[in-house]
Amino acid sequence: MRALLVPALALAVTLAACGRVWNDPYPAADRGKNILYSAFVERPKHLDPVQSYAEDESRFIQQVYEPPLQYAYLARPYRLVPLTATEVPHPQYLDRDRRPVPATSPAVAYSVYTIHIRPGILYQPHPAFARDASGALRYDHLSRERIAGLASPYALPHSGTRELVSDDYIYEIKRLAHPRLYSPIFGLMSQYIVGLSDLAARLRAVDERMKASGQGEGWIDLRKYPLAGVERVDAHTFRITLKGRYPQFVYWLAMPFFAPVPWEVDKFFQQPGMAAKNFTLDWWPVGTGPYMLTENNPNARMVLERNPNFRGEPYPSTGEPGDRREGLLADAGKTMPFIDKVIFSREKESIPYWNKFLQGYYDSSGVSSDNFDQAVRISVEGEAALTPQMRRLGIQLRTSVATSILYIGFNWLDPVVGGAMGGAAAERARKLRQAISIAVDMEEYLQIFANGRGIVAQGPIPPGIFGYRGGAAGVDPVTHVWRDGAAHRRALAEAKRLLAEAGYPDGRDARTGEPLVLYLDTVSRGPGDKARLDWWRKQFAKLSIQLEVRETDWNRFQEKIRKGSEQIFILGWDADYPDPENFLFLLDGAQSRALHNGENAANYSNPEYDALFERMRNMPDSPERQKLIDRMVDIARNDAPWIWGYFPKDYVLYHGWLSNVKPNDMARNNIKYLRVDPAQRAAYQRRWNRPMLWPLALLVALIAAAVVPAVIGYRRRERMAALPPAGK
Amino acid sequence: MLAYVIRRVLYAIPILIGVNLITFVLFFVVNTPDDMARMQLGAKRVTQAAIDHWKAEHGYDRPLLWNPAASGLGKATDTIFFRKSLRLFAFDFGASEDGRDIAAEIRTRMWPSLALAIPVFLVGLAVNVTFALTMAFFRATYLDFWGVVLCVTMMSISTLFYIIGGQYLVAKLWHLVPISGYEGGLDAIKFLILPVAIGVVSGIGSGSRWYRTLFLEEMGKDYVRTARAKGLSEAVVLFRHVLKNAMIPILTGVVVVIPLLFMGSLLMESFFGIPGLGSYTIDAIQAQDFAVVRAMVFIGSVLYILGLLLTDLSYTLVDPRVRLE
Repeated sequence: MRALLVPALALAVTLAACGRVWNDPYPAADRGKNILYSAFVERPKHLDPVQSYAEDESRFIQQVYEPPLQYAYLARPYRLVPLTATEVPHPQYLDRDRRPVPATSPAVAYSVYTIHIRPGILYQPHPAFARDASGALRYDHLSRERIAGLASPYALPHSGTRELVSDDYIYEIKRLAHPRLYSPIFGLMSQYIVGLSDLAARLRAVDERMKASGQGEGWIDLRKYPLAGVERVDAHTFRITLKGRYPQFVYWLAMPFFAPVPWEVDKFFQQPGMAAKNFTLDWWPVGTGPYMLTENNPNARMVLERNPNFRGEPYPSTGEPGDRREGLLADAGKTMPFIDKVIFSREKESIPYWNKFLQGYYDSSGVSSDNFDQAVRISVEGEAALTPQMRRLGIQLRTSVATSILYIGFNWLDPVVGGAMGGAAAERARKLRQAISIAVDMEEYLQIFANGRGIVAQGPIPPGIFGYRGGAAGVDPVTHVWRDGAAHRRALAEAKRLLAEAGYPDGRDARTGEPLVLYLDTVSRGPGDKARLDWWRKQFAKLSIQLEVRETDWNRFQEKIRKGSEQIFILGWDADYPDPENFLFLLDGAQSRALHNGENAANYSNPEYDALFERMRNMPDSPERQKLIDRMVDIARNDAPWIWGYFPKDYVLYHGWLSNVKPNDMARNNIKYLRVDPAQRAAYQRRWNRPMLWPLALLVALIAAAVVPAVIGYRRRERMAALPPAGK
Repeated sequence: MLAYVIRRVLYAIPILIGVNLITFVLFFVVNTPDDMARMQLGAKRVTQAAIDHWKAEHGYDRPLLWNPAASGLGKATDTIFFRKSLRLFAFDFGASEDGRDIAAEIRTRMWPSLALAIPVFLVGLAVNVTFALTMAFFRATYLDFWGVVLCVTMMSISTLFYIIGGQYLVAKLWHLVPISGYEGGLDAIKFLILPVAIGVVSGIGSGSRWYRTLFLEEMGKDYVRTARAKGLSEAVVLFRHVLKNAMIPILTGVVVVIPLLFMGSLLMESFFGIPGLGSYTIDAIQAQDFAVVRAMVFIGSVLYILGLLLTDLSYTLVDPRVRLE
């Protein structure tokens, strides 16, 4: 044993003396390279731009695909700017006979968006584009055997590229109606894009015919099937015709649903044998963006590498006031991307994720509740600052209010807390909701359960979105008062008064004397949720209302919401786009979840609100629109269909060697803006991760301490006589 | 023996049908086909038409177990259960609900699982047997007493504690190995040292105690006394006689788990970021992916049955008195 231990220890000491780190999870060959290291928790489900609708997926595919528009990285409020388009398109309005009419005309029957694409944009290198000397595609008739032998599509020896053309955008819009792809926005878009429903029906028939004729899942060449509402003008221009007005459509043009997909790539991946190797567009995206996905192992690692054909894009020259001071404009005008490669490692557990960030093996991290106290201190003024430990490591902190809301809804169809019954009963329920809205102390909730990471909402629109009002003008007068420059929750006595007026003095029904029992439906998150649920019970108990919590799983919870059988529930909403319509529609009667399968989970309905919503949704941002929004928010505050809850705050921690970090809830194509200093990172990694060898020595000593007496004991026993010597 | 093997294989068929039926019922008690569709299509802006379309395309638009609208045999065969189960028996697992080929996934992920499970199994077995034999050798001494105390202490500690404690000390504090991650080939070694060590250490308590009991039972038998009376050394008695005769109960516990090594470790793979079949199964359960859950349960059942068969066969190797008739 000694013969083995001595060289092992000598090797260990030598390696340590050389300054090598032992715990680096990345290959030594990558050390010091211009690579961004990041992590992901959930494996992406879909990378096909027509299907992908989750944030976990966006962080990959939005580096690869380029829709016509994007969000300005630094500007706030969020603003659309061109990406592959030459400009942000403005709709032309037409009447029923397709004659131009003013935007405000009641005769508007169609909106037409004409999109001009920049010429000269090239796709990433990909075998789907490879052509032989005769100009024919090389790899559109691969044998099953050849496909079976490939480790990845990039293993094919030849690759090619071609210019981005308007047909690629048209092809992707047709894919929204593809019978095998299930685009989540097909239902919405078929209401607007002229002819999309008809195309879907035609493609379904084609698909069925193919299956009946034994062609199964063969390629459907979408170029053969025209779509009435999408028209090719020329190689770099196409036109989308929508039914009626839908000003928010322009935001969809910044999402991957409207990114280009070349027909060659679709054909390539539809070859028999490709799906069995997971070679699909849902697994291997192909785009024109700054990066290309070269490794897809969603259980371990995703790798993006710089697209050699990327045209380059200048770093923004303008931002918010203060961006220059914070160094966010230091790279203004320089050509992006700055990073060569991005390695995303899967970390399903928060402890290894956090520890690897502290060791310098991830460049940035969020802050979980478990790590919050180690990373952040909240000052008396409520400002978040880093702890001394984080500052010593050179870690930086950025916070931003998310374009999301977490709210507590009252089911409008419920006979006790709802408002659909009308008359005096509705008025009683309104006062009951108002009383509860005052009593539920969201400020306390934020401090206890979210480490103060959020802003108590006073209405449905978060900061950063047009229509939001801060300060005294933004206070909900039902629940708060503005005093000494801050919003203060109204006294509990006012809630009790409202409760009595609602017919429940001291939490009992004045007519029957029965205690008021309300029901909160929530998704069970395990035993750790008990404190949170107890807190909810306590809030209602302030008004002597008994709260019964009905915990269930996510499926059953959603089912209750769909059926409208819940009473009070907790839900959240992440914005699709930064327009007030995307929040105010959550209270639109036409969007009732139980009645119309929409997104209004509370089933709230107020005719005046609904009428104003219809006007507001079609208006550009203007003082008039603000006026309508103010009125709508006032109506909703008075009706109190939600306890407004809070707008979460995103906390991003990043190391000093990473620059140009600015949280942006809308722009997911943010990696091209980032810059790393690999030399600085490597130096810190070495400093922070020197191996400690004494535990190894201790382990060897302990083993020896256990083995040596055992060996001695064994030998002694072996030498021992069966009986004591005679005479003793 | 061949007849015995064939009979056991035939017995396996109704067992597998039963396991498949139970998996099916348990899964669909919790999840409806609508829930599965919503999980795949996302929570936002999904229409009922899209859900119905998804169900039709994936074969979930039929009754679960019994189709009263069908005629004749179709009442049983034109159901989700029948159509989804039949192909499993030909080991055709099809695609997951998000469209990815399950067989391809299994082929890729089995290697990381085996890379972790095989060393844990082999090293663990060697350490446990050695430790148990040592305790048995020093029975009724302070070494035996403290060995048992150590075993009881170690088996009382949760595996999670070993994992988190091991990561904290070895990877975070002492910087000796990466906290988590995985690479293929020889690069895997640095990622596997800690999980293998933790897997071995966490199993020492229960394993060694069990083997010690087996050895002590054997050591009280007449043939051991005879061997000693012949003047054989204690090492020869232990290794040549006691260990051999204790093999049947050891094999009962050991051989049956060999095929299951393939299934991976749910907890270890999760905490150490090892992309094996254990984490594949966990992900599928979380994503309500019935196709993957069903396939993994089926493979687990087949492997377990195979393990039991191998156990029976192994008895004939270590004990000439055993005949499989």
